[in-house]
Amino acid sequence: MRFSRFGSRSPVSIPLALAAGAGLLFLLAPLCLILLYALTTEDKTFQFPPPGLTLKWFGVAWGRQDIRDALFLSLRVALISTLIALVLGTLAAAAMYRHKFFGRESITLLIILPIALPGVVTGIALRSAFSLLEIPFSVWTIVLGHATFCIVVVYNNVIARFRRTSHSLIEASMDLGATGLRTFWHIVLPNTATALLVGGLLAFALSFDEVIVTTFTAGQQTTLPIWMLSELVRPRQRPVTNVVAVFVIAATLVPILLAYFLTRDTDRVDGGGK
Amino acid sequence: MPQPRRPGLGAWIFRHPKWLLLLFLVPPLLWLGVVYLGALFALLAQSFFSVDEFSGAVVRELTFKTYRELFSAANIDVIARTVLMAAAVTVAAAVIAFPIATFAARHARGWLRALFYIGIMLPLWSSYLVRVYAWKLILAKEGILNWILAKLHLTWLLEALLALPVLGGASLSVSYFGTFAVFVYIWLPFMILPLQAALERVPRSVTEVSADLGARPLATFRHIVLPLALPGAVAGSIFTFSLTLGDYIIPGIIGSSRPFIGQVVFLHQGTAGNIPMAAAFSVVPIVVMFVYLALARRAGAFNAL
Repeated sequence: MRFSRFGSRSPVSIPLALAAGAGLLFLLAPLCLILLYALTTEDKTFQFPPPGLTLKWFGVAWGRQDIRDALFLSLRVALISTLIALVLGTLAAAAMYRHKFFGRESITLLIILPIALPGVVTGIALRSAFSLLEIPFSVWTIVLGHATFCIVVVYNNVIARFRRTSHSLIEASMDLGATGLRTFWHIVLPNTATALLVGGLLAFALSFDEVIVTTFTAGQQTTLPIWMLSELVRPRQRPVTNVVAVFVIAATLVPILLAYFLTRDTDRVDGGGK
Repeated sequence: MPQPRRPGLGAWIFRHPKWLLLLFLVPPLLWLGVVYLGALFALLAQSFFSVDEFSGAVVRELTFKTYRELFSAANIDVIARTVLMAAAVTVAAAVIAFPIATFAARHARGWLRALFYIGIMLPLWSSYLVRVYAWKLILAKEGILNWILAKLHLTWLLEALLALPVLGGASLSVSYFGTFAVFVYIWLPFMILPLQAALERVPRSVTEVSADLGARPLATFRHIVLPLALPGAVAGSIFTFSLTLGDYIIPGIIGSSRPFIGQVVFLHQGTAGNIPMAAAFSVVPIVVMFVYLALARRAGAFNAL
């Protein structure tokens, strides 16, 4: 048996390390490339290497009213959807983590269905329901779609935390005479606060970025991803698009770093994906 | 002896967990049941309507006409193309994800662990469109990939690839290779995460015992690690498969003009105004996914989600 430098760790084979390193490069290089392109002086093509570097596009992008409007709409939708998902996801997790009952598996399936089925199905299903019921497009039609698939993100995080929190704590609190509300406030909430925060952050990031369902539920409204999409299909202002792309990456980096530091000391719970 | 407290509402609920359960479950189930299932059923219902050929209006009468049209040769092509692409993307994502997940789960410590976390989570959570956009930059004729290949004197290799019938094309950004590369890149984190979670659960002692008993690393991998990691890979494949199956944006931006299911659905509901056909077409990925989920459940993937 071989030993690595750190004794108890299993040995790392060199091909594995190389393959993992190459994979990491594959994951990160495209994002770094966008940063480079935001600084290029070339504004007509995607020429590489860039002929020169400049910061002027950041100023140009900041002055654009259409981008600001799209940004604020996206923020508003993400905030409302996250709040709804937090409430519904936490309730579902509270009901599901300990109890075994008839139909439990079907409920699990129902909760993961919005992310297990292709987004285009969710999108067109909502769109056709809106047209059947003659509901006009508004911020709320977008929120309806977003909250539906954000529930599972909150649910995954919170149920993982509930499973690790000992139920005997709650029993002890109730036995000692605390009311349900006090138990919730002093025992349940402190134990699940970071899981709620992480679930909320991830749901927010998910909603902020969503485009597939949104194209069906937005009507004529433009969220930031929809603005990006129109630029992707018909590039008209490459430099400004580059800057918006960098901004969006930066905006998602903050919640995931926060999520990392908040859950670092506990088990990983944020997996499970979008 | 202290007097027992008068039981309040909280205590009453606590003594009757069934009611508490119901109280908790009603709001989320109402939401998912009404908004989501309701919409799905509305969609399903519309697939049994048809479009009048002359007026183009939707006829609200029960008929299988739309389904008969669904199974025309051209549509079967679209379905086969999409399912094949989804399968290829899933396999490629699993192969690329395995070393990354193994390293991140079993070897990375300290700053390396943080780097791997960011390397996996940043692409996962950064904007889908921004990442597709990045590939537009990479695959552009004047872009970085062609520049690197030219520097390495490998341009001939790219040209040979693009000369392939069906798979090739005028350039990478209008060929199946381009679509495939972007799909793999975009969905890769969804494969890595469940795989990494499954690998983290493989007890170190088990692999050590295997090594102590004289198994070579490759044998340990085949007989111990791989079977234990399989549910994770299947869980990941649910995402890569489903997401590829329904995506209509990537093949529209990077790829040949041959359509995928998502694009056809989008076209039918948008410009063509043929909601019944769009509905019938979107039943295809639903059916495929239900079959897939049933198989995945057998493989124990639900516990690895």
